[in-house]
Amino acid sequence: MNNVEEGVFFLTGKDFTNAGAASSSLKGVLEKRGVPQDIIRRTAIAAFEAEMNVIIYAVAGMMKYRITDTEISVTIQDMGQGIPNIELAMTEGYSTAPDYIREMGFGSGMGLPNIKKSTDYFVINSMIGEGTTLEFTIHLIPCDKERA
Amino acid sequence: MNLQEIMTNLSLEVKTPGLNLDREVTGGYVSDLLSDVMGNASQGNIWITLQIHLNIVAVASLKGLAGIILVNNRRPDEDTITRAVAENIPLMTSDLPTFELVGRLYALGLRCR
Repeated sequence: MNNVEEGVFFLTGKDFTNAGAASSSLKGVLEKRGVPQDIIRRTAIAAFEAEMNVIIYAVAGMMKYRITDTEISVTIQDMGQGIPNIELAMTEGYSTAPDYIREMGFGSGMGLPNIKKSTDYFVINSMIGEGTTLEFTIHLIPCDKERA
Repeated sequence: MNLQEIMTNLSLEVKTPGLNLDREVTGGYVSDLLSDVMGNASQGNIWITLQIHLNIVAVASLKGLAGIILVNNRRPDEDTITRAVAENIPLMTSDLPTFELVGRLYALGLRCR
């Protein structure tokens, strides 16, 4: 584990002007590192969806990443309203987004399912009135090779 | 097929001056839901949508899309154009509704994915 790279991006709720900037920066870091295209693509999908959730629903938040020789792990923590029912939030098509967000093409209820589909490990913890922490990991090398 | 050919054949109006349109288009994807595009469009696709706000540029850039066509003569916001130029994502407009525009793209030989 000699090639670890870490960083953090700060996210501001309702800042649609800069929405996606953190995910773009993370994508840039991965490209510079020579990570395979398919893994960059999956990371970009998951990071963007998580970033947009903070912009849409929370007051503020941050995206932390850690890249090693074997995996990319990203943690998105927000100061938001929290998710009352995570199982329901994970249901494709379910969304609590207000109309003006939906009119922009967000809030289709595909965000969290997209993150789950794009990642190898994904967990959400949420406290009502405090915020939500979402973590995902994408393997850079298959798990069986990692163990060998 | 490259973007230049598509632009010429469909009489599209280019809103992002100075961007090179000599880029290969691998297929097309139609959606006004951003997460749908994030999840299902493929790299090099042309994206057809009626969304005009600047977040469409972030989606196209993150997905490595070839460009965006706005339908129904929808005009992109000024900041959308500025961002698109900065991120090297060609934005084009058509006065056709989505169904007709996509029909013509298909007739040109463009396919999905």
